[in-house]
Amino acid sequence: MLYREAGVFKTSYAKDQETFPIPFDKAGYFLALIVAFGVIPFLVNDYWANAILLPFLIYAIAAIGLNILTGYCGQVSLGSGGFMAVGAYATYKLMTAFPDLNMIIVILLAGLVTAFVGVLFGLPSLRIKGFYLAVATLAAQFFLVWLFNKIPWFYNYSASGQISAPERVVLGFEVTGANAQPAVIYLFCLCFTVALAWVARNLTRSNTGRKWMAIRDMDIAAEIIGVNPLMAKLSAFAVSSFYIGVAGALLFSVYLGAAEVGEAFGIQKSFLVLFMVIIGGLGSIFGSFAGAAFMVLFPVLLKNVMVGQLGWATDIAAHFEFIIVGALIIIFLIVEPHGLAALWRIAKEKLRLWPFPH
Amino acid sequence: MPAGFYFGIEVFLNGLMAGVMYSLVALGFVLIFKASGIFNYAQGVMALFAALTLVGLQNGQVPFAHLINAIFGTEVHHFGWHLPVFFAILLTLGVMVLFAFLVEKLILKHLVNQEPIILFMACIGLAYFMEGFGDLMWGSEIKKLDVGIPQGGNFWIEEVTSGLGGDGFYGFYLDTLDIYATVIAALLVISLVLFSQYTKTGRALRAVADDHQAALSVGISLRAIWVIVWTIAGFVALVAGIMWGSKSGVQFSLSLIALKALPVLMLGGFTSIPGAIVGGLIIGVGEKMFEFLIGVPFLGGATENWFAYMLALMFLVFRPQGLFGEKIIERV
Repeated sequence: MLYREAGVFKTSYAKDQETFPIPFDKAGYFLALIVAFGVIPFLVNDYWANAILLPFLIYAIAAIGLNILTGYCGQVSLGSGGFMAVGAYATYKLMTAFPDLNMIIVILLAGLVTAFVGVLFGLPSLRIKGFYLAVATLAAQFFLVWLFNKIPWFYNYSASGQISAPERVVLGFEVTGANAQPAVIYLFCLCFTVALAWVARNLTRSNTGRKWMAIRDMDIAAEIIGVNPLMAKLSAFAVSSFYIGVAGALLFSVYLGAAEVGEAFGIQKSFLVLFMVIIGGLGSIFGSFAGAAFMVLFPVLLKNVMVGQLGWATDIAAHFEFIIVGALIIIFLIVEPHGLAALWRIAKEKLRLWPFPH
Repeated sequence: MPAGFYFGIEVFLNGLMAGVMYSLVALGFVLIFKASGIFNYAQGVMALFAALTLVGLQNGQVPFAHLINAIFGTEVHHFGWHLPVFFAILLTLGVMVLFAFLVEKLILKHLVNQEPIILFMACIGLAYFMEGFGDLMWGSEIKKLDVGIPQGGNFWIEEVTSGLGGDGFYGFYLDTLDIYATVIAALLVISLVLFSQYTKTGRALRAVADDHQAALSVGISLRAIWVIVWTIAGFVALVAGIMWGSKSGVQFSLSLIALKALPVLMLGGFTSIPGAIVGGLIIGVGEKMFEFLIGVPFLGGATENWFAYMLALMFLVFRPQGLFGEKIIERV
């Protein structure tokens, strides 16, 4: 009844190419934005910001980044953890070397540094394909973590080998350090997430995005119809690494505050982000958000139920978390290999015909 | 000859031994990849699970003791028996067969014809599941695995070779366990080759590896073959688990040997059993020599974490299908 194309008359090309052609979708999108920007900052407290909202927003950026590479361009990467580490360490070096630089610029610069590193590690993708490439990206993961562990210059010769974010102010509000208010850091991350998601959505339906998808669907055929695989693959690596680098920068500076590379950016992070992309849905920006929300919320929920309600020891709960997450991933893949985004699409199809299904 | 030269040889020999251990894990990957096109990330966790089960059965641990105690408030830990090694290994093998059967029944059957990445993700999910399940079943503390293989330096080799170098050289130090592992791995590979070349089942396995459709059309049951392949992979995982477990204790980090086996696979090619062996030896020797010659003197050590991957990456740039992999032919 509410959700339908009927009555929507497109009278210009701009209207024809809207992201949300159906009024109901558009209303939902703006409503979500209004709630996110106008309501949640007044309600948010320390627990909600730190346990749920911040990780969700930050991992959503990382998931969009990996989705651009894996979902849109078809290059499987297991190096996300390493690239997040590049973003984090670039942020740290920039923050300590240029204390007066605006935090927003620092984070964007860290993203650019990561994009450069990503292109370097993306070069072999021109020769190596499929699983060979997936394993090859593990080289980036292990090498980068080793590098940040072994070269003291990266952590400013600190005795503990850790990096910790100094306090920085944006528009008069502290965004890093111990005194930052939850509402402020939430809004800070939200601005990045919304802006980057908007760019990603429009990028993927642009000329560039279509080239990526052509490469994904069949790279030889794409090459024959005139897509330059060098440019397409490397641009996907660059954009994807930029996103993942920004996520790593935010994770370190705003969320964690202090980080040790092996622990915060190990191979588990790479798998976590890959899970988000797969569970959310390959090749979908909405799916990246859904996957990030699922993978962030679900362990919190499990822990609350098992430790809080049933009163089990934390180690048993941790084992169960592994079992349930593993089983859920398998069940998800069996039931809907195309992820939450596909479920959402099916729901919309149903909604379009409701309540007269014939 | 200076003593340094002999130290180099010692590092080389130890690298060969380490390479054999990598090959053991890589072998399980290759078997499953050939037969079903599945990149089985769970192979390392299977080794961990097999080793955990073996230790648990040997010591008569009660499965899920922690969970039972947490729910019912009881205090059970052990049945109070010690199984002989042989029976424990047989029982563990039984568990691995059951595992193979369940994997086929519950997972693979439903994922036929999916894209490789989906199957790969399912294997990562399986790895997560097994990790939690193994720990929940047998407890997560570090356990000692002893199946009667002697450990420590081999004095005989040390004495025989001590005359070679100068004053600073006391003979080659080789771990007896590694020597055993080499012999066992060699036997395992030979028996696998014999099995796949000279038995009816082996021929069916090769047929499936060649072409699923054609194999189906001559009446080979794909699902039965998958159970067999996962069983063999489980057996290889058990051997790898015993070797690695005796060497460094049975604990969570055992599952990370899968990550050591991946560069071996890339180097040797995903579809080649000889490739897994040769790749393992090259990686083992390469990373030990690199650490010895360049890593420790110039780079601050611990290069073993990434060197294997870098080596495999460099290699693949020149030969994208690995050393012995099938040539990748693509058509539009």
